[in-house]
Amino acid sequence: MNIAVCVKEVPSATAARRLDPSTHRLDRSGDSELNPFDVHGLEEAIRIRESGQQVDEIVAVCMGPETAHRPLQKALALGADRAVLLSDPLLAGSDISGTAYALSAVLEAQNADLVILGQQAADADCYVMAAAVADHLRRPLVTQVASLEVADGKVRAKRQTEHGYDVIEAPLPTVISVSDAINEPRLPSIKAIMGAKKKPTDRVTAADSGIDASRVGEDGARSVVRSVSPPPQKQDGVRLEDSGGDSVEQIVQFLAEKGVV
Amino acid sequence: MSGTIVFVDHDGDAFNPNSLGALAKASTLGGDVAAFVAGSGLDDGWAAGLGAYGAGRVLVADDPAFEGGLPQPIVDALEPHAREADQIVFGAGVVSADVAAGLAARLRAGIHCETTELTVGDGGLTAVRPALGDTVMVESGFSQGPAIALARANAFPADPIGEGSAEVERISATVQDWSRAAKMVGREEAESGGVDIAEADVLVAFGRGIGGPENIPVVEQLAKALGGTVAATRAVVDAGWCSYNLQVGQTGKTVSPKLYVAAGVSGAIQHKVGMVNSGVIVAINKDANAPIFEFADLGVVGDALTVVPKLAEAIAARRG
Repeated sequence: MNIAVCVKEVPSATAARRLDPSTHRLDRSGDSELNPFDVHGLEEAIRIRESGQQVDEIVAVCMGPETAHRPLQKALALGADRAVLLSDPLLAGSDISGTAYALSAVLEAQNADLVILGQQAADADCYVMAAAVADHLRRPLVTQVASLEVADGKVRAKRQTEHGYDVIEAPLPTVISVSDAINEPRLPSIKAIMGAKKKPTDRVTAADSGIDASRVGEDGARSVVRSVSPPPQKQDGVRLEDSGGDSVEQIVQFLAEKGVV
Repeated sequence: MSGTIVFVDHDGDAFNPNSLGALAKASTLGGDVAAFVAGSGLDDGWAAGLGAYGAGRVLVADDPAFEGGLPQPIVDALEPHAREADQIVFGAGVVSADVAAGLAARLRAGIHCETTELTVGDGGLTAVRPALGDTVMVESGFSQGPAIALARANAFPADPIGEGSAEVERISATVQDWSRAAKMVGREEAESGGVDIAEADVLVAFGRGIGGPENIPVVEQLAKALGGTVAATRAVVDAGWCSYNLQVGQTGKTVSPKLYVAAGVSGAIQHKVGMVNSGVIVAINKDANAPIFEFADLGVVGDALTVVPKLAEAIAARRG
């Protein structure tokens, strides 16, 4: 069985995040990292291999700028055997539909029996990529998977909805997105970080992947940002730094002033 | 049709309130508004009731293929109608998001997520969303239709706007083999009984930041001292620390107690949408960068496991 895990480069949690006022695109000049939600997808792929399933290859697939090779190195250190980076100036400014189309074109070439995505990207907070990719690949879909078993050529997955938990089975090949509660990802060892440098990264362009340029990039985008503005002002909250519980008096006072104790 | 189609998710007879809110919102956009429901053994009178939320017509796809509410067969049924619409609007929800995304791929349509405002003008649909941890409002349009908008949880109130009864039109659908390959094989219903966190005046919520389920009693102690009850994030419910009926957020309960204390909760959007309308929000978290500090009235940067028991003691002492 081959597993493809989709990963994305996102701004670091600690970096200042902003939209470029002229292009309305995410400013990617600051520190970036591997989307933390995707780390759960990689961890789950490794666990499937460790569970005794024959996993021939785990490939990390990324669409992004050249700088995305850095988070891909982390994906390799975490346990992917190989990485694919789809990077092309033609793709810059793609909307969700364009991204799903381009990513699917690359995934199509990987012959993966199981495609795993994180539930969302930390920068966009949408939960839609897995379902769009599944539609392009014409494969079954289970999203928001909180626990997963892979056996006998199928997946059995539990997902949370507004009503509780559904248990869904789907035959391979299939597409899933995983909840960030599905596992506790391990940290890569120094040895794995060093070893990652020897693992291959294939760089592919839009043309290499047979992507129709009219469907991607800013010109191909059907959803277009028109303006960016500050959110409605909210009164700043009070901030306390606690050390060993020394803020308790102030918390009680605050609650008393608000009339809630 | 031109105009708007609103996908209405339902669980048995119960419409998803987020879908009803989206429908009510869509009815303010002008033009024809048709609701779309898919299921098995659906009742016409039940479907017609969507008229009260602004639907002029209800398209009903009724087939065993739609039993269980898996998204892919629904995309097949919705696609030919959506192609003719100006916009297709979805309330928040797991199934709704999957259908919206599959449909966007199918139609090569623009999709706008986390939508909190919708208007229609000369340039067609305009949608607004908060982005980047709600630090910026982004307004988007669509270069070409149909346009797809997926709402943020609780963005639009599910209030009936009239007493109208909609015209029901049964539609036929061709479901592809791969669309029906995934099967619903079981369901774990939320436990009933116990406390209803949506009714509580005081909630003390915990997330992964409290370390492990062994520390829940510490949080319960504070809840007891404050005369409230405990609640939880999706992450700890998914991890099996406590039952689903304690969960606040997008796929859990929406709450607005007088006091909401969040212990070791990062404040992800999915959690925020379920509790942001609480009266007073107090957050205790080690991570000074946690998003919850952006909307807490009182933010305490510190270890929840240290602060919470001391706070419980102090409150209990005060109450005598």
